[in-house]
Amino acid sequence: MTKAGSELRIDGDGKPIWVSLELTYQCPLKCVFCSNPLDYDSYREGELTTEQWKKVIREAREMGAMQIGFTGGEPTLRKDLEELIGYADDLGFYTNLITSGVGLTVERLQRLKELGLKHIQLGFQSCDEQVANQMAGVESYQRKLSIAKEIKALGFPMVLNVPVTRQNLPQIPDILLLAEELEVEYMELANVQYYNWALVNRDQLLPTRAELEWAEREVNKFRERIGDKMTIFFVIPDYYDGRPKACMNGWGSIHLTIAPDGSALPCSQARTLKDLTFPTVKDHSLKWLWEQSETFMKYRGDKWMKEPCCSCDEREKDFGGCRCQALALTGDAANTDPACSKSPHHHVIQEAISGAEMARELEINQRLIVREAGAVAVELKTEVEA
Amino acid sequence: MSTQHQVQMQDRYEINPLFLFRWEESQESHVLLYPEGVVKLNQTAATILKHCDGELTVDQFITEIANEFDQTDPEVIAQSVVKFLEASHDKGWIRAKN
Repeated sequence: MTKAGSELRIDGDGKPIWVSLELTYQCPLKCVFCSNPLDYDSYREGELTTEQWKKVIREAREMGAMQIGFTGGEPTLRKDLEELIGYADDLGFYTNLITSGVGLTVERLQRLKELGLKHIQLGFQSCDEQVANQMAGVESYQRKLSIAKEIKALGFPMVLNVPVTRQNLPQIPDILLLAEELEVEYMELANVQYYNWALVNRDQLLPTRAELEWAEREVNKFRERIGDKMTIFFVIPDYYDGRPKACMNGWGSIHLTIAPDGSALPCSQARTLKDLTFPTVKDHSLKWLWEQSETFMKYRGDKWMKEPCCSCDEREKDFGGCRCQALALTGDAANTDPACSKSPHHHVIQEAISGAEMARELEINQRLIVREAGAVAVELKTEVEA
Repeated sequence: MSTQHQVQMQDRYEINPLFLFRWEESQESHVLLYPEGVVKLNQTAATILKHCDGELTVDQFITEIANEFDQTDPEVIAQSVVKFLEASHDKGWIRAKN
């Protein structure tokens, strides 16, 4: 996943550097581009307790992790969020809160500031209220805008994270102006990761290459004017790039995600890999899960690679792309990510692009499916090639 | 960033408050932490950044660093310090005070 500042200049050296805690999959929003599991509601019971989360935080820090992200779902729904962030800060973590802003109040923000929270990443959809609410699936624009102002008033560094889709792409120049007005330091025009809800809605969400190139020109114009006051992250998505993303900097390399039920995952999408099991922090130490569990061993390094990856001179640069995308679009997680132009399955990506274009031309199936329990049959989540 | 910042000897620098500069035991080095990112610093870089306290001017801390490293002629290190400060400024790690 492309992250603000993800240009990691540190070799994990076998240690997890980044730990993401998905505190809950519950969320007041119903975003159409959400990459949480389609069956997110089944995790409502069985979320880790405060003490279990603290054990994870402690063990991750002991293993050398320096960055911690509190995410979800919507992490502010957890009443113990403040306690957990304070605990992580005390142990020396750089603490990141990744939130929709809904659920935050001035009082909670002030408390989080006192407890040492370092940075807030605010999910934002558009400067156009109607588009923003359509993408979030509920009315949330005004609330987000006012909380963005409160976050800046308290002096938090803020990343404004805007997932780029066909719906909000035309507003990018105005979204940038709004970000400037809010004085955000980092703007992430994020590529939608087409998993789960986003994959279900892909035909409606995926922008065309021409649209993305227009957006890139607009971003560059803005960059020239704004100089170093704001850093804008914007890259052409893997669907159009012909090169796969260096997903997670390699499987089990520097990144560790803990799901609401305590499952240790190499990335937030890993649970889609059905042939793997996902042991939890309830039963194992984090060290064992990281170093010895089959889940983390499976695609670590390059021994698992098939052709064309295993003889490719770019394999240490992109690690064969994303295992979950390879599985979702080709049926085998060990295949080369089909986003790679060298993949024998690359046509799947090209067909997805032309499928989205055709859907638009024919103006068919325009309804976006909002994230709601039971809205989609879980079996729809992969489109396995025969 | 493309703009190359010019360092003057009378300038004072401080760590950009967006960044957290500290010792990290597990890496046995100083690191800069910022929203979702980490930079591991070598000893020279860390020594220079330690002097970016917003109080000392560049020429003052060049003299201090020269003393720390038993280098009698500050000119020898001045050039590399200035070069590092310019690069750090362009990366947003430090900012000029006043």
